[in-house]
Amino acid sequence: MLRYLTKRLMLLVGIVFVISVGSFYLIHLLPGNPATVILGFGATPEAKAILYKQLGLSKPIYLQYFVWLGNILHGNLGISFISQTKVSSVIRSALPIDAEIIIISQIMAFAAAIPTAMRSARKPDGIIDRVLGATSFTLLSIPPYILIVVLVLFVSIKLGVSATGPSAYVSFGTDWITNLESLSLPAVTLATVSYVVYYRVLRSDLIATLQEEFITMARSKGLSQRRIMWRHAFRPSSVALLGAASVNIGGLLAAGFVVQYLLQIPGLGYTLILAINESDFLVVQGIVLTVSVLVVAINFFFDFIVNIVDPRISRE
Amino acid sequence: MSNRALDEQVLSALGIKEEPGEPLGLFFWICVGWVGLNVFGAIFANLLPLPNPLIGNFNAVNVGPGIHHLFGTDDLGRDIFSRVVYGSRVSITVGIGAILIGFGIGAPLGMLAAYRRGRFDAILTTVMYVLLAFPAIIATIAVLSFWTPRSLFKIIVVIGIASIPLVYRVIRTATLSVATKDYVIAAKVQGATDRRILMRELLPNIAPIAVSFFLIGVATVITLEGALAFLGLSVNPPTPSWGNMINEARTVLTQNVWLAFFPSLALCLFLIALNFIGDRIRSHFDVTEVKL
Repeated sequence: MLRYLTKRLMLLVGIVFVISVGSFYLIHLLPGNPATVILGFGATPEAKAILYKQLGLSKPIYLQYFVWLGNILHGNLGISFISQTKVSSVIRSALPIDAEIIIISQIMAFAAAIPTAMRSARKPDGIIDRVLGATSFTLLSIPPYILIVVLVLFVSIKLGVSATGPSAYVSFGTDWITNLESLSLPAVTLATVSYVVYYRVLRSDLIATLQEEFITMARSKGLSQRRIMWRHAFRPSSVALLGAASVNIGGLLAAGFVVQYLLQIPGLGYTLILAINESDFLVVQGIVLTVSVLVVAINFFFDFIVNIVDPRISRE
Repeated sequence: MSNRALDEQVLSALGIKEEPGEPLGLFFWICVGWVGLNVFGAIFANLLPLPNPLIGNFNAVNVGPGIHHLFGTDDLGRDIFSRVVYGSRVSITVGIGAILIGFGIGAPLGMLAAYRRGRFDAILTTVMYVLLAFPAIIATIAVLSFWTPRSLFKIIVVIGIASIPLVYRVIRTATLSVATKDYVIAAKVQGATDRRILMRELLPNIAPIAVSFFLIGVATVITLEGALAFLGLSVNPPTPSWGNMINEARTVLTQNVWLAFFPSLALCLFLIALNFIGDRIRSHFDVTEVKL
C-alpha cells in the first residue's frame, strides 16, 4: 500500500512538473516580445519592470522558468494588467463558483445513476434497460453547449422561470435562494453529462459483479434483492464508479466553462474566456495552471479513495 | 447462475465459440448513409445550388423555415441551411484531420510498444500516462488562446497532438490482447520479420477496434471543436461552423430559435450516427471492451 502510494506520488510530481513547464511556455507562444504583447504598446516603464521581474524576462529561457516557478511557489501568479488585481485573488473569487456547480451536479448525477444502473443490471436487455440504454446513448451525443442552450430556451425563456437566464447570477452570501436558482441550469447540464458516463460504467460493472459466485451464495442464503444489490454488488462495483468520476472531473470543469460562458456566471470559465478576449495573458496562464494542477490532484485523491475501498488494487 | 452464462461456460470449456457479434442492423446502415450524406455535402458544398453562406439578404432577416429558405435566415439575413451545409466542412475537416494526426503518431507507437514490451514500452507508457493526465480540452484552450492568430490548421494540429496519448493507449491495449496469441508466436517461430508480424498478423486483428475508435474519436473531436467555436476560439466568423453558429445564436435566442436549433440538430445527429457506427462495429466484431 505504502509502496504503491509512493509510486503514485512520484508520478504526480512528474505530472505537475510537466504541467508547470507547459503553462510557463505558453507565454512564449505569443508572437513577438512577451512584455509588449502582454502590456500593449503604451505600457509604462514601471509596469514593464514589474513584468520583467515576475517573468524574469531578461534572463535566458531556462532560468526564466525557475524565476517564474519561484514566484508561483510563493503564491504570486502576477498582476492582471487589465484590472490591476492580483491573479491569485481573481482565481480565489472565481473558483468557489465552479466548485459549487460541480458539487451540486455530482450529487444529482450519482442520485440518478446509482438506482437506474441497478434497475438495468437486474434485468439486462429487459425493457427498462433498453429504454435507459437508448436514452443514455442519445444523451452521450449531445454536447453540454447544446444542452444548456436548449435548457435556457425552455426553462428561462419559454417557461419564464426567474433567475435562470443569462447574467442572473448572485453570490451565495447575498441571496442563497437566487444563487441556487441561477446555478440550477448549469448544474443540471453537468449532471446530465456525468449521469450518462456513470450510468453506463456502473451498469456494465454491476452486470459483471452479479455473475460472481458470492452473489449466487448471497442469493442462496435467501437475502433480499435490495440487500444483495446494495451490500454485495454495489460495494465492489463502486470502485469502477469512483474511477469514472475521477476521469470525468477534467471534462466536467471544461463543460462548466462552456455553461458559465453562456449564462455569464463569473466562475473560472467565464473569467478565462474574458481574459482570452482581452488578451490578459497572465490571468489565462494562472487559470490554466490552477485548473490543471487541481484536476491532477483530484485524480490522485480519488486514486487514494479507491485504494481504501478496494485494497486489492494496490497489491497488484 | 443464469442459463446463458452456463451455456457460455460449457461452450468455452469445449473450445467451441459462438459465432461472434450481432448483425449490423438497419439503423447502422441509416447512420452510414447519414454520415455519407454529410461528408458529400461538405465536399461538394460549392457545387450544390445553395445561396452564398456569407452574403445576407437584409430584406429577409430572421425569417422562419419556409420554401425560399429551407431552415430560415439568421439575424443578418443569411440562409441557415446553406450555412449548416458549409459549416459541416469545418467540423468534419477538424474531426478527421486531428484524428489522422493522433492515429498517425499514436497508433504505430502503441503497436510497437505492445509488441516489443520491455523498457521501450515502460517509458513510453509512463510518458503517455503523464500526458493523458493533462485535461485535453483545457490544454487546447490554453494553447489556442496564446498561439495567435488562430487558423484551421493550428486547431487541427493542437487537437491532433492532444489526441495522441488516448490513441496510443487504446491501440496498445488492443495489440497486447493479440500479441500473445498462438498465431503470432507461430509466425515468430517460422522466422517472420518484425515488420511482417506487425503488418500481416497484428494490424488486421486490431483493425476493427481501430476503425471503431477512429469514428468515436472523430465524434469526440467534433464535440471539442464545437466547444472551442462556442467559446469563440475556433475559426473566425463569418466562416460558418456548427459551433460558431450556435455561439452567434446565443445573443438572439429570443428572436430566432431556428438559428440555434438547426446547427445543434445537425451536430447531434452527426455525432449520434458516428457513435452508433463505432459502437456497432465494435460489438459486431466482438472485441473485448476496452475501458476508456
